[in-house]
Amino acid sequence: MAEAKAQNKLVAWIDHRLPVFAYMKHELYEYPTPRNLSYWWNFGSLAGITLVIMILTGIILAMQYTPNTAMAFDSVERIMRDVRWGWLIRYIHMNGASFFFIVTYIHVFRGLYFGSYKYPRELLWMLGVVILLLMMATAFMGYVLPWGQMSFWGATVITNLFGAIPGIGNTIVTWLWGGFAVGNPTLNRFFSLHYLLPFIIVGVVMLHLLALHQHGSNNPLGIDRKGPQDSIPFHPYYTIKDTFGLSVYLLIFAAIVFYWPNLLGDPQNYIPANPLQTPPEIVPEWYLLPFYAILRSIPSKLIGVCAMFGSILTLFLLPWLDTSPVRSSFFRPVYKWVFWLLVIDVVLLGYVGAHRPEGFYIVLGRVCTLYYFVHFYVLFPLIGKFERPLPLPTSIAASVLAREGGGHAPQPAGVAERH
Amino acid sequence: MKIAAAFAVMLALALPAVAQEEAMPPLPHPGWSFDGVFGTYDRAALQRGFQIYSEVCSACHSMNLLHYGDLAALGYTDDEIKAIAAQKQVNDLDDQGNVVQRPARPADAFVAPYPNDKAARAAHNGALPPDLSLITKAREGGPDYVYGILTGFESAPANFKMQDGMSYNMHFPGHQIAMPQPLADNSVTFADGTQATLPQEAHDVVTFLQWAAEPKMEERKTTGAKVMLFLLVMTGLLYGAKRKIWADLHQHA
Repeated sequence: MAEAKAQNKLVAWIDHRLPVFAYMKHELYEYPTPRNLSYWWNFGSLAGITLVIMILTGIILAMQYTPNTAMAFDSVERIMRDVRWGWLIRYIHMNGASFFFIVTYIHVFRGLYFGSYKYPRELLWMLGVVILLLMMATAFMGYVLPWGQMSFWGATVITNLFGAIPGIGNTIVTWLWGGFAVGNPTLNRFFSLHYLLPFIIVGVVMLHLLALHQHGSNNPLGIDRKGPQDSIPFHPYYTIKDTFGLSVYLLIFAAIVFYWPNLLGDPQNYIPANPLQTPPEIVPEWYLLPFYAILRSIPSKLIGVCAMFGSILTLFLLPWLDTSPVRSSFFRPVYKWVFWLLVIDVVLLGYVGAHRPEGFYIVLGRVCTLYYFVHFYVLFPLIGKFERPLPLPTSIAASVLAREGGGHAPQPAGVAERH
Repeated sequence: MKIAAAFAVMLALALPAVAQEEAMPPLPHPGWSFDGVFGTYDRAALQRGFQIYSEVCSACHSMNLLHYGDLAALGYTDDEIKAIAAQKQVNDLDDQGNVVQRPARPADAFVAPYPNDKAARAAHNGALPPDLSLITKAREGGPDYVYGILTGFESAPANFKMQDGMSYNMHFPGHQIAMPQPLADNSVTFADGTQATLPQEAHDVVTFLQWAAEPKMEERKTTGAKVMLFLLVMTGLLYGAKRKIWADLHQHA
């Protein structure tokens, strides 16, 4: 990478010794990007920005929050009532968790639809799954901190899952709790880890970006860039497109925070934790419901726990389960429909997870759980093998121009011969 | 494949029919001053609601998260708040370290009716009257639910078996509630002369409870309006900028 031809002497001085400016110029400014990315490609940057929002609001909340079972609930209410702008910071953080998962799930499904996990982006995808797992752990522990009824009972149910491990299960659960029930030691360690894990997520996000920039973004056509006519520099084209997308996202986010801040929460969590009173229903936050449904669909606790973790770990294997030679579902006449079955399946699982496992919900939950695994372990390899993909366009530029009615590719200023 | 898709769609359509919960009458929707994106708290209703809480509810229910000073938001003056607080006695320490009683001050939290939960249960046949600070946010249905409870007392159906000391309420889960009907017509005499019907009392006290649970709502909504306006303009400008920047890619030379 060439040193930036900086006008500013100080920048040049620093860059000569520590090439941070050259690096930023290379990775954020010149970085060649497929010219045909749709708005589905906005969600990665949205997730990154949401992570920053969560860390900033979280640091401020931690200055006022007290991780003690006798004081945690009231300390959150103190933030809501007596800390200046505390209600805003807390509502942003609380709803930010939901929005983080919304954009991340869309990001994941986009990767699934367009085959972004395939060669040469397997590690990029797998790092993403690691981020998702860390997010779930962080969100779960964060939900425990206000020490409401659902905090306490959710923590009890989820930590008890480890009791399913044969032989040493109960020992592990006691070790996780730091006692013989969910209590003050549990709250303390969850607070500590809830503060730590986001920074580990930042680290994995950096690896995720490093892997991304190695081969660049996939694109809606799923074909490789073949020359400069297929690429545009990241700045200004995608900086402005991402910023516009961010603005739309913030509009929706702000509408929830300012007008319906408790829409996605459970009223039970405004009741202080009471170990002697089980709430009528114990449900996790909405973004964990599909996995909760898988857990409860299986009569054996051990197999249920394995299936729940397995449903996420399965995502690590996608690059090898998918046998199709093409990435984008645009050119996969069968899979482009089957993909939506998975979306429906996961939504239905979420719906089942929110209801008591009785009667119809048990049946539906089992059908959906079965389909989830059939989708990845049976349909994925088989469809890839037997499906006949449509012919791929010769290049990104050719496809873009055909859509816009012919002519030769206009060159964006200064795009040619980078690298 | 198509059959599977059709099956999934049918399943999705059939769900609401199967999802019927136990039969409960729908909650009333009396309509609230704080409804909607521009909703605010009706100050007169807040003061009447506080009067009902002080004269009726506070005999059994605490509101531990509120301080007398918070009542400034209801439109009371400093002197009025001092007078309201001074009606209650709180424990304090004198210079020798002895526990003494003194009149409450605006900085004190609302004085609870019982020293602890055990005392509260002992006085109520084993049932604990819940703290009301967050009650409208802590129940499914929110303010409508609390209003439904306050107006939902009736005599039990003939075939309904009631336990001793319980009351029948059409909106309470299971219909047996430990709280006897707390409000009726003319339970209070409103200081502002408003006629004290049961619906009026329930409406006012729920408005007060909603304020107690969400005291920053008005600040939240007015800030929200400014933020939304700013974001709308910014989104429009960014859309224009995006169009302009991308225009050179779409032109055909």
